Amino acid sequence: MTDRPTSIDEMISALGAQGYVCGRDLGTVSYLALDLGMPLFLEGEAGVGKTEIAKALASMLGRRLIRLQCFEGLDVSSALYDWNFAGQMIAIRTAEAAGQSDRGALQSELFSDDFLIRRPLLEALEPHDAGPPVLLIDEIDRTDEPFEAFLLEILSDFQVTIPELGEVKAQEPPIVILTSNRTREVHDALKRRCLYHWVDYPDFDRELEILRARVPAAAEQLSKEVVAFVHALRGQDFFKSPGVAESIDWARCLVALDAVALSPELITDTVGALLKYQDDIAKIAGAETTRILDQAKAELARAG
Amino acid sequence: MSETLAELPKTDGRLVDNVVHFTQALRKAGVAVGTGQVETAVRAVSTVGFSNRLDFYHILRATLIRRVTDLEIFHQVFSMFWRDPEFLESLMHSLSPQLESSDTPPPAAAARRRAEDALGDRKESQPEKPKTEVVDFAAFTWSSKQVLKTKDFEQMSAAELAEASVAIRSLKLPVKPFLTRRTRPDARGSLIDARATLRKAARRGGDIQDLAQRTKRVRPPDLVALCDISGSMAVYSRIILRYLHAMAHTRVPIWGRVHAFTFGTELTNISTALKKPDPDIALGAIGQEARDWEGGTKIGDALARFNRDWTRRVLGRGAVVLLITDGLERGDLDLLEQEAARLQRTARQLIWLNPLLRYDGFAPLASGVSRLLGNVDSFHACHSLDSLEALSSALGSPDLRDHYLRLRR
Repeated sequence: MTDRPTSIDEMISALGAQGYVCGRDLGTVSYLALDLGMPLFLEGEAGVGKTEIAKALASMLGRRLIRLQCFEGLDVSSALYDWNFAGQMIAIRTAEAAGQSDRGALQSELFSDDFLIRRPLLEALEPHDAGPPVLLIDEIDRTDEPFEAFLLEILSDFQVTIPELGEVKAQEPPIVILTSNRTREVHDALKRRCLYHWVDYPDFDRELEILRARVPAAAEQLSKEVVAFVHALRGQDFFKSPGVAESIDWARCLVALDAVALSPELITDTVGALLKYQDDIAKIAGAETTRILDQAKAELARAG
Repeated sequence: MSETLAELPKTDGRLVDNVVHFTQALRKAGVAVGTGQVETAVRAVSTVGFSNRLDFYHILRATLIRRVTDLEIFHQVFSMFWRDPEFLESLMHSLSPQLESSDTPPPAAAARRRAEDALGDRKESQPEKPKTEVVDFAAFTWSSKQVLKTKDFEQMSAAELAEASVAIRSLKLPVKPFLTRRTRPDARGSLIDARATLRKAARRGGDIQDLAQRTKRVRPPDLVALCDISGSMAVYSRIILRYLHAMAHTRVPIWGRVHAFTFGTELTNISTALKKPDPDIALGAIGQEARDWEGGTKIGDALARFNRDWTRRVLGRGAVVLLITDGLERGDLDLLEQEAARLQRTARQLIWLNPLLRYDGFAPLASGVSRLLGNVDSFHACHSLDSLEALSSALGSPDLRDHYLRLRR
């Protein structure tokens, strides 16, 4: 178990060592989340690195990462715990065959630890050798209100009750990170218990730093052009602007094609890594690609 | 609150005071900040220590702000407040009149007409069919020029309220309820509830007598209404908004979440205003919020903006989109067709309600109408919009889309 950072600067450099480049703002909230033991609620467009920070935190601290992917209708049996019914049925048949008639014994055997299937939330509450795990509750906006309400209880006390077994309480609360793409507003009651942070697109220098950390194989000039081009695209009126994840994917594509600099033809061939809507792709087809590329290059030249 | 703060680790007393003052300034500016958040903020400041201004900014922002829409106001208040502590005074002075003027009228006034109705104070006790929609000839012409204009609606009468609830009761929804992934116990359900079965079996010493069953829960679909308020439709906007309000406030919900937008030359989200339980207050707020009443129509532009800015936020749960317009488009027809097609692909169902087919021999000749017709899932219309009942029966009537598409050929 690694010690946790003792200042914001340490936090930022420790995350940087994991290949996660973050700004002062995200560094501050992450540090506070660890220090105050509060859940961290990250909201932002798809592909700005919300999920990645949980992974970086887990490997930075040497903790286990437990991920709960949300979806509509997520319920206790897939989020918290379930019983192994097939196993229980076999246990019943065996008891019958053996002529066992003690009901109490059967009941406690059927609902014992042996037949309990742990789901992410229960796992996160149980003790771990490496220290409390990092619990990532991903895309909370995809689930529905009943599950949000259920989370409220867990996030405030870090304890749950399993009717057949009794109470489970975390000795040390896990580090909780919630992410949302804002496809709907998550209820205030849940947000109130968390530190809130809106993850924005990074500025030029930071995105360049991210690319250097994530795609070290890319030539410096190529990385710069990629970032400049992506930034120029974000200024356009698109249905979905490319996120950081798209920049990284795109840079990887270009490296795979042995590119050292951008050209309009190269962009047209690989634009699928960057823009995911046909309308958006149609918008930058042909001369428009050249124009944006020239604009990006001019911007680069001006910045020196 | 002072007790809670007293328990906090010893810090510079002035700092605590200042954070509290700052919070008050934020509240004045319209940001909802709870006492718990203030406590967290003070604790956070005392753990990190007051090292530099930028960290302090981020600490306060992380602890006090919960919505992306508040970030800008936080930034403004922060930069002004910590530059000049005296600023708080002036801020409070400068903000208060604005806050008052943006308040909606008090509910007592809003429901006044109904109160008068109830007490029989109104002079015209013979409720001559409330001629609320004054026909204005200018309203029947349409243009693309942008005129910014707000609107005042006449207050609701008791008879109108009663009419609304009758109309809603007679409404047959053109959409089926949504099957969710959640289940409930049901003796005649189709899913086996293994857990309940085993629990019962364990109680009987392992003897399984019958299978417990469950069935899938249903929920009403979400509704997103896009409502045309341009010149050609403005005469009917009051009746349409009344109808939307009534649909959003039924005792047994017929829709899940209801979102509504108005469009003419711009697109306005009126969902919050529509949520207000009192119809007078709701319509009053809508009249002020939308600023393009009785102007031109650019349906294509409005749909494009809706597609880009809102679909991902309000159509996520498979919402039904109800497009209320006469389809008289002044903008780019290709854009209209393209955006309508995209909306149809995103929405669970795109229903076009044309509240006024001007004459019986309606044929989709206006090119906007025919382009739109090919890109909706169903088309409903009424010939004269004189009551809410007419809207209900139009919405509940069989789909006319294919009929009119055939006429076009």
